[in-house]
Amino acid sequence: MAEKWNITLKIYRQKQGEKAHYQEIKMDVNPDENVIDLVERAWAFHDRTLTFAHACHHSTCGACGMRVNDREKLTCITSVRSVVSNGGTLKVEPLRNFPVVSDLVVDMGELYRRMDLVGHQPVNSDRAEAIQPEFRPAGPAEPGEDFIRLSDCIECGLCMSACPVFSSTPDYLGPAVLAGAHQAGPEKNPSLLNLVDSATGVWRCHSVFECTAVCPSNVDPGWRIMELRRKVVGDRIKTLFNPRKTAQVSK
Amino acid sequence: MNAQSNFIVRAARWFDPRGRSLSTWGFMINRLTALGLTFYLFLHLITLGQLAQGPDAYDNFLKLTESPLYKIGELAVVAAVFLHGLNGVRIVITSFGIAVPRQREIFISAMVLGLIAIIIFGLRMFTA
Repeated sequence: MAEKWNITLKIYRQKQGEKAHYQEIKMDVNPDENVIDLVERAWAFHDRTLTFAHACHHSTCGACGMRVNDREKLTCITSVRSVVSNGGTLKVEPLRNFPVVSDLVVDMGELYRRMDLVGHQPVNSDRAEAIQPEFRPAGPAEPGEDFIRLSDCIECGLCMSACPVFSSTPDYLGPAVLAGAHQAGPEKNPSLLNLVDSATGVWRCHSVFECTAVCPSNVDPGWRIMELRRKVVGDRIKTLFNPRKTAQVSK
Repeated sequence: MNAQSNFIVRAARWFDPRGRSLSTWGFMINRLTALGLTFYLFLHLITLGQLAQGPDAYDNFLKLTESPLYKIGELAVVAAVFLHGLNGVRIVITSFGIAVPRQREIFISAMVLGLIAIIIFGLRMFTA
């Protein structure tokens, strides 16, 4: 028989032009359910005006990012047990640093626009030989052929919400976008280095590493930003000794 | 004005540790110690300015430095230097892409080293 807990679900509510408030709903839950299940139940059985975003329910679409007890989480893979105890309060709020559209839904249009700017691709192709044999999926691909796979970054926006620098400097490209630039590959597109080598690019990062701490997809944006810095500095040193390289990069 | 007050509200979130990981404490410590050290620099220049008013004025000021309150202030400056400096080393190392996955452990080590140094300095200052 499934374990039963009684908790209070505390949901952030705000419609456009209205003042924000919290709605509390007492619920009997299975602690192994995920937080999105509780939000769906609140909508289905308590209040049909509740707005939230979700789609895949298995951490692929990145739509259900929210703050759960103050921490950015992908609610479809966050178990109740991991964030609250029996009898406790589970608070769900929209992501920070994005305008609230309605209740738990935020407008992430700016993030998507910037991801396009750096050429982030949601689907990547990997050469069969570039994948370590133990991680190479079964299939017909032979050396020289490509595997098609989803990008690690699911554009959920959790890192942008957790970043305190993006909070105070909205012009900062932000961890997801810089990680996207790193994944897009400055080697393939040198103009990316010019884009990120700026006051609103890699140099704005203050090494808080909250982005890496909350990333549900092991993108590790903090590490990627530091790698980009290394590439930028390396490129600057190269251009000191090779003026022709300068011309190539500035194209 | 509205944009400015919005900035203040947003910057205040730098110092809100709720739902944050350990590295945010490193971020907060660096900001607070940087502000403290900048304030101290101005204070230091003002006190040196006493020299321009003659030896008696400066000697009278130096008597103030013997009070326990002043010593606590000096220890706070020493603490800020150690915490800011050691945390700064972590940031420099990781900024070159070195040991980034180990930044949390480096932060803990830096803070433990800093605390040991502060305790040693404190003991010497208050027992000498």
